[in-house]
Amino acid sequence: MKIMVAVKRVIDYAVKIRVKPDKTGVETSNVKMSMNPFCEIALEEALRIKEAGLASEVIAVSMGPTQCVDTLRTGLAMGADRAIHVDAPATLYPLSVAKILKALVDIEKPGLLILGKQAIDDDCNQTGQMVAGLLKWPQGTFASKVVLDKEKQVATVDREVDGGLETLCLDLPAVITTDLRLNQPRYATLPNIMKAKSKVIKKVTPDELNVEIKSDLELVQVTEPPKRKAGVIVSSVDELIDKLKNDAHVF
Amino acid sequence: VSTLVLGEHESGIVKQSSFSAVEAASRSIGEGNSISMLLAGSGASLQQAASHAASSHPSISQVLVADTDKLTHPLAEPWAELVHLVQHRGGYSHIIAASSSFGKNVLPRAAALLDVSPITDVIEISGSQLFVRPIYAGNALCTVRYNGVEPCMLTIRSTSFPVSLNSADSKSDAAPISQVDLSTFSEDSLGKSRYLKHTTQDTERPDLGSARVVVTGGRGLKSAENFKLIEKLAEKLGGAVGATRAAVDAGFVPNELQVGQTGKIVAPELYIAFGVSGAIQHLAGMRDSKVIVAINKDADAPIFQVADYGLVADLFEAIPELLEKLPSKN
Repeated sequence: MKIMVAVKRVIDYAVKIRVKPDKTGVETSNVKMSMNPFCEIALEEALRIKEAGLASEVIAVSMGPTQCVDTLRTGLAMGADRAIHVDAPATLYPLSVAKILKALVDIEKPGLLILGKQAIDDDCNQTGQMVAGLLKWPQGTFASKVVLDKEKQVATVDREVDGGLETLCLDLPAVITTDLRLNQPRYATLPNIMKAKSKVIKKVTPDELNVEIKSDLELVQVTEPPKRKAGVIVSSVDELIDKLKNDAHVF
Repeated sequence: VSTLVLGEHESGIVKQSSFSAVEAASRSIGEGNSISMLLAGSGASLQQAASHAASSHPSISQVLVADTDKLTHPLAEPWAELVHLVQHRGGYSHIIAASSSFGKNVLPRAAALLDVSPITDVIEISGSQLFVRPIYAGNALCTVRYNGVEPCMLTIRSTSFPVSLNSADSKSDAAPISQVDLSTFSEDSLGKSRYLKHTTQDTERPDLGSARVVVTGGRGLKSAENFKLIEKLAEKLGGAVGATRAAVDAGFVPNELQVGQTGKIVAPELYIAFGVSGAIQHLAGMRDSKVIVAINKDADAPIFQVADYGLVADLFEAIPELLEKLPSKN
């Protein structure tokens, strides 16, 4: 069984983002870019499944401009066997991403498609659910534990939901999206970074996959959120209680 | 315009977050918006929830009920097919759900079946096709216009659309309830996912998402045992307990208490944070609270930059003192 993993190149999670003065977006030039943390978790899970002898190959996929190749190299250095770069404009909305993924799944026929539950740039939390719908595959979103049964061809998935944990049993093939507590992703070692340089990254275009990029959304503006006004530092619990009672009126 | 709201219910009661979705539809989408709430499930609790929906919000003009054992558990696969079916019969201009784990799971899948781009986690509706949503963990706000075909599909953040008290429980005549005809229900992707179990911590405390007071603990609490101090204080104030990712990862409390970019989004009247450093991912989940109090030993902790009242102190001394001196809510 093959596993396909989607990885997204985003502004590094530790960078404090800046909104552009002309409100067209956030500043991305000269800003550190990394693999979306949830995608790292997705890739790690795929690698662990392969290392447990339950999968034969892990394919990393990314879409966007040429720089996505860097993100794919990181994935290959972590241990993915090969990679596919879909050369596409930078602003792809999840519906287009889901259609491209479906086209790739139709070609590669993986038994599992694993994605991060959301990207930390647009915070959409949509793509996994959408590609599962297009494929008519079952979905295990926000997974914090995945157990594969190769014989029965099912995956048992614990999901982080509002009221605790939900456990589902999914027939394979299936789509899984990862939550933070699923695993702790590995770092790429130097020998593996070197080895990754000789691994294959295939390039395709949405046209070659017969996917029409549809844009039914228009970005109007990106702005800074309203700032909270500076607060006060109190010196004791008594003063705090006094402020809460008499200034904030919460008691 | 007409809106379909995907309703969530439990033990015969429609969840407050689903009424927030109704509120968003009725306040913002346009004049004469006719709002239908879709409920699915099986058995008596579904019928109770339907009566609850029909009589609890004046803006609901119709309640649609899909009663089948395929929908006993709110799985995404049958729900998405259901939304697809109901949309084809009803031709709604908008479909809205709350940004709960249910809405996030179901609505994008349904949108894919309808070939439209959903807009998730909306915090402001500026017109029938114009929406504001946070990006980068709330460090920027993005305004988007939907230019696609109907339906326009949204999930809304329920803390941004509170249900006004006078619109709840003030309904003179109940909305009609009708059953969805499921004879053409597509079974394409059904049966491929099966519900096994749901584990939760039973608690007497109010729900984190809608509590008036939230008391949160971070890594500074040091252990699950110490976290009981947070619980005690929350009980005294009649509030809910929250936690940072670090506290959840360290095993102090279960995941459902996590507040932040990927956990719960809360906006209580009073948010008190103990031993919380204030990572941007955590701030994303609580920055809309009315009054924020932070208590931390580290005077440089970023949480103090968003706090209305900060106290630099050892929480193991501050909490017992607060427990002693704060007025009890019970």
